[in-house]
Amino acid sequence: MDAILLQILNGLDKGSAYALIALGLTLIFGTLGVVNFAHGAIFMIGAFTAVAFSKLLSFSFVTLDPVKKNFLGKPLEIQNTYLAEWFGDTVGNGLIDWAVPLSILFSIPIMLFIGYAMERGLIKHFYKRPHADQILVTFGLAIVLQEIIKAFFGANPIPTPAPEMFRGSIDFGVLIGFAENAIIYPYWRLVYFLFSAIVIGAVFAFLQFTTFGMVVRAGMADRETVGLLGINIDKRFTIMFGIAAAVAGVAGVMYTPINSPNYHMGMDFLVLSFVVVVVGGMGSLPGAVLAGFLLGILESFASMNFFKEFIPGVDQIIIYLVAIVILLTRPRGLMGRKGVMEE
Amino acid sequence: MGILEVRNVSKRFGGLKALDDVNLTIEEGTVHAIIGPNGAGKSTLLNCFVGKLIPDAGTVMFNGHSLLGQKPHKINQLGVSRVFQTPEIFSGLSVFENVIIPCFAKRDGSFRLHAIETVANEVDMVEKAEQMLIDVNMQDKRHMNAASLSRGDKRRLEMAMCLAQDPRLLLLDEPTAGMARADTNNTIDLLKQIQDSRNITMVIIEHDMHVVFSLAERITVLAQGTPIAEDIPANIKGHPKVQEAYLGGAHSGA
Amino acid sequence: MLGLDKNDTKLLLIVICLTMATPILLQPFAEGSGMAQFNAGYPDLMQRFAIFGIFAIGFNILFGLTGYLSFGHAAFLGVGSYSTVWMFKLLSMNVLPGLILAVILSGLFALLIGYISLRRSGIYFSILTLAFAQMSFNIAYSVLTPLTNGETGLQVYASDPQYLMDETSLTSTHFFGLAMSASQKVLFLGREFTFNFGYYFCAVIAIAAFYLSLRIFRSPFGLMLRAIKTNQTRLNYTGINTRPYALAAFVISGMYAGLAGGLLASMDPLAGAERMQWTESGTVVLMTILGGAGTLMGPVLGAGFIKYFENIFSKINENVLHQWFSWMPDGLEDAVVWVLHFFVGKGWSLTLGGLFMLVVIFLPGGLVEGGQRIAALLRRMRNKSDGKSAGDKPGTTPTAAE
Repeated sequence: MDAILLQILNGLDKGSAYALIALGLTLIFGTLGVVNFAHGAIFMIGAFTAVAFSKLLSFSFVTLDPVKKNFLGKPLEIQNTYLAEWFGDTVGNGLIDWAVPLSILFSIPIMLFIGYAMERGLIKHFYKRPHADQILVTFGLAIVLQEIIKAFFGANPIPTPAPEMFRGSIDFGVLIGFAENAIIYPYWRLVYFLFSAIVIGAVFAFLQFTTFGMVVRAGMADRETVGLLGINIDKRFTIMFGIAAAVAGVAGVMYTPINSPNYHMGMDFLVLSFVVVVVGGMGSLPGAVLAGFLLGILESFASMNFFKEFIPGVDQIIIYLVAIVILLTRPRGLMGRKGVMEE
Repeated sequence: MGILEVRNVSKRFGGLKALDDVNLTIEEGTVHAIIGPNGAGKSTLLNCFVGKLIPDAGTVMFNGHSLLGQKPHKINQLGVSRVFQTPEIFSGLSVFENVIIPCFAKRDGSFRLHAIETVANEVDMVEKAEQMLIDVNMQDKRHMNAASLSRGDKRRLEMAMCLAQDPRLLLLDEPTAGMARADTNNTIDLLKQIQDSRNITMVIIEHDMHVVFSLAERITVLAQGTPIAEDIPANIKGHPKVQEAYLGGAHSGA
Repeated sequence: MLGLDKNDTKLLLIVICLTMATPILLQPFAEGSGMAQFNAGYPDLMQRFAIFGIFAIGFNILFGLTGYLSFGHAAFLGVGSYSTVWMFKLLSMNVLPGLILAVILSGLFALLIGYISLRRSGIYFSILTLAFAQMSFNIAYSVLTPLTNGETGLQVYASDPQYLMDETSLTSTHFFGLAMSASQKVLFLGREFTFNFGYYFCAVIAIAAFYLSLRIFRSPFGLMLRAIKTNQTRLNYTGINTRPYALAAFVISGMYAGLAGGLLASMDPLAGAERMQWTESGTVVLMTILGGAGTLMGPVLGAGFIKYFENIFSKINENVLHQWFSWMPDGLEDAVVWVLHFFVGKGWSLTLGGLFMLVVIFLPGGLVEGGQRIAALLRRMRNKSDGKSAGDKPGTTPTAAE
């Protein structure tokens, strides 16, 4: 029982990332009808805004220690961050410690802008072109974006730790009445899950309860009619593209303590997120979220020794296998609507 | 026994009865029009002929073969060709290539891995395609890209593609929809010419009464999913039930 | 000749001449001159031209003709490489059995994947092929380690059985005794030309592959494939079952990919799982589109272009740039070099990605279309300067496949 619960928990953090990326992909696909292969790159850029922000926070100047010497006998150099200098040690270092959560504030405007610029500058011209062309041009864009990041940040993963208080693990089992040390779960993963639940909830609430969201949903169902009603649907869709980018971006930001970001993490996640979208049903937002968590958990179960002994390597292929079976038996995915990309 | 036999076909969409116990016999060699006000079930009926819809009850037999739920290519290989409301042609290919494809389909069946011979060396097929283009008077456009043709020419091309297969039954779904008067008249002339030169059975679904009465030898009137009259054109014109069905509807010329 | 019409024969002859003369053409700069580093007539690079040319020609039969965009062709490349190396391990270093097995196995594998993937079209097809390729990659890395040797990659060891080897056999890859690595260097006018047997072996196969694709393009089968791209509905209502046609194209292109993979292993007897990764499939997509999908020469040009500039660009570093722009004022020079250094050296992928985007946006017909446009422009300009505007023909833009 506790083993099962542990696997479910283990699947949640990856599932959260899948769900957030797939949510953005579906928003873009549902509103604009564009297959965006650059969405993984947006996730990756989000992660790197966190890297950039924490670097920014820890900008430092060098002073010489009057007493201590380094091994060469020269005065020891001490790195002093400007933040600590300005705000005092406690506040300054606290800010640096909290760099990752704080970079959400930093990344949202950046991601909104990137999304906006992408839609206006490039995607806009591809609405009328075939899906293959959309895939190709966004694939090209993904390469360009990841190479730019590589040029500035290098090819190696950059460790970006979570705030001090969230490092380490929580004995989750004890909380719900299991034996001690049965279910140990890292704090940050819990944070990540809660965070993604909030973001998903916010996106759904936004679509459900605001006029803007209502129009967008109507536009997803029938773009032409909404256009005929005299509503400037294009403008709203552009904004939706920005929001989708922001969702993927913050997903990337918060993911950095779990996996040190590198420039090709976008491509790695892209394939899986597409699989998630297809399993959930092209164009279905709840489907994308559901499939994201489902596949994350499934993947985590498949990595249990019990299953691995049964079918070797199943953890490596389970997601793809599920996707293939779903695509062939339920072409519309778990929750897909009729008429969305039937051909 | 007609070439196309429709027996007791019914089809519901939720609460709506689109077709209600339709019986229809198309005699070989005739031009048979199916008319009716909007929503009478004409398109639903046609979709049952081409396997796209499976009726809830009833049978559709073509020349002794059931057409229900068959794949389009199977139905076509039985000898049924179809003209669409908006011409369906191979837009990226040349006019000549458009016409030679059905020639190959007729000769080679639904699949043949025919990868080494060159198209230009298939003399019989080339000649046949050329002849088809002459028949529809498009031989001078053979090298043009089919996408750049006018609407009327696209329709002619589509006809040539259908005729290249020597079909036994030609289904025409509103062949003049959205056409200018001149193009409509051209299409009527073309269909008449086909009618005179070849003995092809045609089923026409059409709104435009001018087209119907210029071509049809027999007319079936559908209203609310049921055939309410079937007769030669002269008798349909004055038929009281037909007038009733169209009353208040679009101007029908009836 | 060979069942081709006049123009196609000419095209084939041009291709043959160019491929045969590649070792000379790619060595335009004298040894020791400053530009010598931009020579590209090295055996391994030229072999790659030919091999990736084959890969792209095959991919084009699927994507260029039918429009089905596969992101999984790297899987077949990998299968080809693995099967060839296994033949080296089991039989001998003769490449022939390996290549035959590579083509057969990748064909079977393509049959399986294609049969399933082609049940869906459009983006679903792309994602299915992507999923299959990624799955093959993951399996090759993990479970199939006994077959693939996992991360290390499959290699030939002295302890391998090699049943057909005897004392006289070559220990490097060869074709009935002719070693792939055998080269003849010729010094002429200060230029050093390397004529390598491995390259010519690949080149002859590439020419055969090109010839076959030419025949397919001109055949009724090829015509049906092009019809699939433009209008499947009409094709179905014309009595054609589109799926076996698309499947045949998929299998043929998979076999091309397997052959290319086998040749890669024949030149360098090593096979690694990374050859199956989906980004590798992306490479062949880039090549085909960049050159011109659906055209005969496009994929070959694209493959050559990418492999050539990859080689050249990666050799340019900041020092070279500073040399080139030393005539500029210092500040400007630094600025220009700073901007450019992102695009050269390790930044080649950035250049390639950007270039690819530009082609997709502005030149959907790829380099071939670009060439045609320039040719048309030149023709117009010449006509104007001749003052024969009366006889000006309306610009006949040949359709891509012709």
